[in-house]
Amino acid sequence: MSTQTLAPPTEDLPPDNKRVVMGLFRRLWRWLTSMRTALILLFLLAVAAIPGSVLPQRNLNQDKVSQYYVAHPKLAPWLDRLAAFNVFSSPWFSAIYLLLFISLVGCLVPRLRAHAVALLRVPPDAPARLDRMPAHAGGLVLDGAPAAAAQRLHALLKARRFRVRTRARADGSVTVSGEKGHLKESGNLLFHFSLLAILTGVAFGSSYGYHADRLVVEGPDQAFCNTLQQYDDYGLGTRVKPGDLEPFCLQLNRFQARYADTGEPLAYAADVAYTVGDGPERTTRIKVNDPLRLAKARVYLMGHGYAPVIRYTDRYGRTQTTVAPFLARDGLETSEGVAQFPDVNTPPTGRDPDHKQQVAFQGVYVPTANGKDAVSVFPAERNPVLVITPYRGDLGLDTGIPHSVYTLNQDEIASGRLTALTAAPLRLKPGESATLDDGSRVEFVGTRQWAAVTVRYDPGEQVVLAGAVCLLVGLVAMLFGRRRRVWFRVTGDGRASTAEAAALARGEYAGFNAEFEAIVREAGSS
Amino acid sequence: MSGLSVLLLETTILGYALAMLSYAAEYAFGSRGVVARVATGERVLAGAGGPSLVEEPPPAAPAPVHAMAGAVAGRIALGLTVATWFAHVGSVVTRGLAAHRVPWGNMYEFVLAACLVGATAWLVLLARRPTVRPLGLYVTLALVLLLGTDALRLYTKVGPLMPALDSYWLKIHVSAAITASGILLVGFVAAALTLVRIGYEAGKDRFPYSLGDRLPGSDGLERLTFRIHAFAFPIWTFAIICGAVWAEAAWGRYWGWDPKETWSFVAWVLYAGYLHARATPSVKRSVATWIAVIAWVAMMVNLFGVNLVISGLHSYAGVK
Repeated sequence: MSTQTLAPPTEDLPPDNKRVVMGLFRRLWRWLTSMRTALILLFLLAVAAIPGSVLPQRNLNQDKVSQYYVAHPKLAPWLDRLAAFNVFSSPWFSAIYLLLFISLVGCLVPRLRAHAVALLRVPPDAPARLDRMPAHAGGLVLDGAPAAAAQRLHALLKARRFRVRTRARADGSVTVSGEKGHLKESGNLLFHFSLLAILTGVAFGSSYGYHADRLVVEGPDQAFCNTLQQYDDYGLGTRVKPGDLEPFCLQLNRFQARYADTGEPLAYAADVAYTVGDGPERTTRIKVNDPLRLAKARVYLMGHGYAPVIRYTDRYGRTQTTVAPFLARDGLETSEGVAQFPDVNTPPTGRDPDHKQQVAFQGVYVPTANGKDAVSVFPAERNPVLVITPYRGDLGLDTGIPHSVYTLNQDEIASGRLTALTAAPLRLKPGESATLDDGSRVEFVGTRQWAAVTVRYDPGEQVVLAGAVCLLVGLVAMLFGRRRRVWFRVTGDGRASTAEAAALARGEYAGFNAEFEAIVREAGSS
Repeated sequence: MSGLSVLLLETTILGYALAMLSYAAEYAFGSRGVVARVATGERVLAGAGGPSLVEEPPPAAPAPVHAMAGAVAGRIALGLTVATWFAHVGSVVTRGLAAHRVPWGNMYEFVLAACLVGATAWLVLLARRPTVRPLGLYVTLALVLLLGTDALRLYTKVGPLMPALDSYWLKIHVSAAITASGILLVGFVAAALTLVRIGYEAGKDRFPYSLGDRLPGSDGLERLTFRIHAFAFPIWTFAIICGAVWAEAAWGRYWGWDPKETWSFVAWVLYAGYLHARATPSVKRSVATWIAVIAWVAMMVNLFGVNLVISGLHSYAGVK
């Protein structure tokens, strides 16, 4: 009833309802900020992360999600509706950690206030009954008057890095109070606030950062610049505009891979040349674990492979050359791909409107062949062979449907609009050529290597790193800090004093008794 | 050299197995007899906390001969554990010499090294608190199982590091992960036995709880469990942070929810939950201890499940 007189009723809610709502809100808040709820949320967070490691995730591998759709056509759409392929950006995962952080803030703010008070407060006076404390020692005989003895005890505790306060009582006794171990709560608060800092850093980074992927083949003709059009795939933070990207251009001069005799890779390195803005051209070497670091972008080496160079001379004698990156399908670099020539065999009289004479070569590049098999036995080029099947017809490039550039359009082959020209694939070594049925000629010129690079920028990283370091510092202080209080009460006449000592530890402290005994021993001999 | 490493590993497994048998013999003959009580000292027992062992009714006063046999078996167990530890160190060192690099470049080496940390943690613990010796049976059992799996299922020939691992962070991140895993292994054994003992003290006499008969008091065990976890948790945190710093250099992002990262996170959250539950008076100690056990399950999923079943960026197991 008393609250009703304090809070003026609002127009839209009758007073009773408002009180009910406020009461409900307060109860909800208390529930949310309770340790039990925080524990349940922590547990939920752990459980909610599990599907993200079991089911394929879009942010990690889109192809695997597609494969999952093919394998489980009924289940996949349902899982997708539950955001099971985007667990870590799903509403339910976000809800859990946001609730957890709200709970954390609700818990921390009052504790921060209390801790600030505790830090400023002087150690409290000794309780009336020291013998009720968990550790107690009586009958210490000390030299000198109580005041002088207390001064020595004060110095003793000070030397042990206690905060000390000496108080003279009206009855002539003197009490010395010492307190130590505020670091524990400081560490605890630092740990939890660091979690907030990390979350802030992550959010900041995802808003102002970006990443982009590209495959870059060796050679000046294959250089690229840091603009969105030049990427195979990219993701921009919500606050990043295409014009904000660091203006640099990069070309791959040479890719090097070293292998052990067993074919296991030892080292990859990409020698690149780059320019930033109008600056001079520089060269550097990018390695796995050693990216190119620019002011607002970094370039990582993520993968590599071979790109066969194929020259095709059509039936009218015109020559075109293409560099077609092939993808490795095993650890020994047996690589698959396709080289397409959409604008060939156009009659001198005009265009080939039906695309009936387009040509493509699909097959396997084997860096080290051994016998007839189209399977590599070593990842470096010791006995390179290109095993390709020529196709002619409509490549289906104008259908508007996005399609992998590493395989031919299977629909076109199935419908007969694109047909293989030879029953067995052609086997070409570098420099060799073959003549097709219409008199056109294909030559395997050689290979260039390619590197897959990722360009990234994440301005939140520093915040996250600082947060992580503070978190660790806070954690150690929290787990190994020990808060305890020690009291002495000194009584006596002008010449000799007796003292009583007691101590209290908050929380777990294995060495508590030993420390107290040492203090008492020191006090006795002081 | 790599052959020697394997030989030493076989010796290690055999040694821990023999130590385990000796611990079991001590168990059977009753280490709580007079000899053990004198040997370990009552004060220490009380320090270990809980209803001290002395307060319990002496189990049908074991015959002096049996008590003596138990004490001898206990000494043998201790000696075997220490001797085997040297063989274990030898196995890790010779593996590193054979590979010309730090010996933790694949899953086989990871498990071998993590078990060494676990064995070391156990010996340090034993030196500081001799009363925990009854746990030895289970620690060595865990070591034998893990090392046996390692030798039989995970063995990988000595090879060079794959380029992705060729970084000084391998020394920092992986060694931190190994250290944390090894200590948490001992923490898990302590946690599981705490639950057994709590059940035993509550009057349960079915199989797992009946083992609680020979264990130290649940309060002391529970506190020990907490201390081990409190010690290991910052190391595990450090391992994850180092992993994130390395991931930034290798993959361009410090965190990407790769399966290994996800399960490290799950285990971290669960261990954090354990420490919080332990600090909350309203949560029963047995409930808190269960969280530690579940967290260890997450660690095991992270080791075996992620490396062998789920594919991801951390595919360094090299197990064919």
